[in-house]
Amino acid sequence: MPEAEVLSAPLVLEYPFRRSVGRVQSAFLTGLREQLVLGIRARDGRVLCPPVEYDPVTGDELDELVELGTTGTVTTWSWEPAPRPNQPLDRPFAWALIRLDGADTAMLHAVDAGTPESMSTGQRVRIRWADERTGAIGDIACFEPEPAGTDAGTGTGEGSAS
Amino acid sequence: VSELVLPAALRDVEPVRKLEIPARLDYEFTAGAATSRFLQGIARKKILGERCPVCRKVYVPPRGSCPTDGVPTAEQVELAHTGTVTTFCVVNVQFYGQAMDLPYVCATVLLDGADIGLFGLVQDVPADEVRMGMRVEAVWVEDEKLAPTLTSIEFWRPTGEPDAPYESFREHV
Repeated sequence: MPEAEVLSAPLVLEYPFRRSVGRVQSAFLTGLREQLVLGIRARDGRVLCPPVEYDPVTGDELDELVELGTTGTVTTWSWEPAPRPNQPLDRPFAWALIRLDGADTAMLHAVDAGTPESMSTGQRVRIRWADERTGAIGDIACFEPEPAGTDAGTGTGEGSAS
Repeated sequence: VSELVLPAALRDVEPVRKLEIPARLDYEFTAGAATSRFLQGIARKKILGERCPVCRKVYVPPRGSCPTDGVPTAEQVELAHTGTVTTFCVVNVQFYGQAMDLPYVCATVLLDGADIGLFGLVQDVPADEVRMGMRVEAVWVEDEKLAPTLTSIEFWRPTGEPDAPYESFREHV
């Protein structure tokens, strides 16, 4: 049988998902667009951010939105040395769980820290807003480290809601 | 439903109601040696299958080995451009990225001399007239547009021959 050159070609699979967001995520995403971060108060008093529609323990519908700060604390993180297309930043960054001030749970986002040496658990970070905001999680372009001397320690997981 | 009280800053702005979340996967697909032989045949307007030396079945497109006997398909077989519709589907639903006018018919065509069906479109016939056993022939793109891709066969159209008896393709449904 003749030897043939082995062929290859780009193959793109694309699923253009579009979904309705529901009332709680609608509030959260509208808030991001307006540079305001919202959590929601659970039945046990904890403030969850990102907010959820139903209580994770009781299943009750939740309705008490809580305005949060734009600064927070890194609870854990992982370094991304080679970002892929469409990730939050096009240079190495940290994926981090960030507990915003006023919240009791942490949200996943990127920290533009430059090098892994400048990341630490307990580190204070603040939101860098995207210039063009559309009502999506990318409206927070990323987080950036707060100036030195603002470290909050490793954090206890206790609520800091005021 | 309980009342969700929005902060004052959000009461007079247009609420976000929908989210676009495209999922895109960028692959580089490598056809492998056997399928490359097949595709380069297509670029020359030839449909090349490969035969298993043990069970004698002819696979098209070939994958280089027989899934039943686990041996290389060492013999190349040039197949006719005619075959039989073994099964088909009338597509009536619009979806994203769709290139065809509705309704259209996707079918599995068992080429004469082959033992496995080839996927294709059936056209030049109303969708509701397509049937199992219908005899069809390949309609190729113009010669200058021939390329190593199955889209070089634009579609399959009825030959007008009498339908193939069910027994002739029952093993391939």
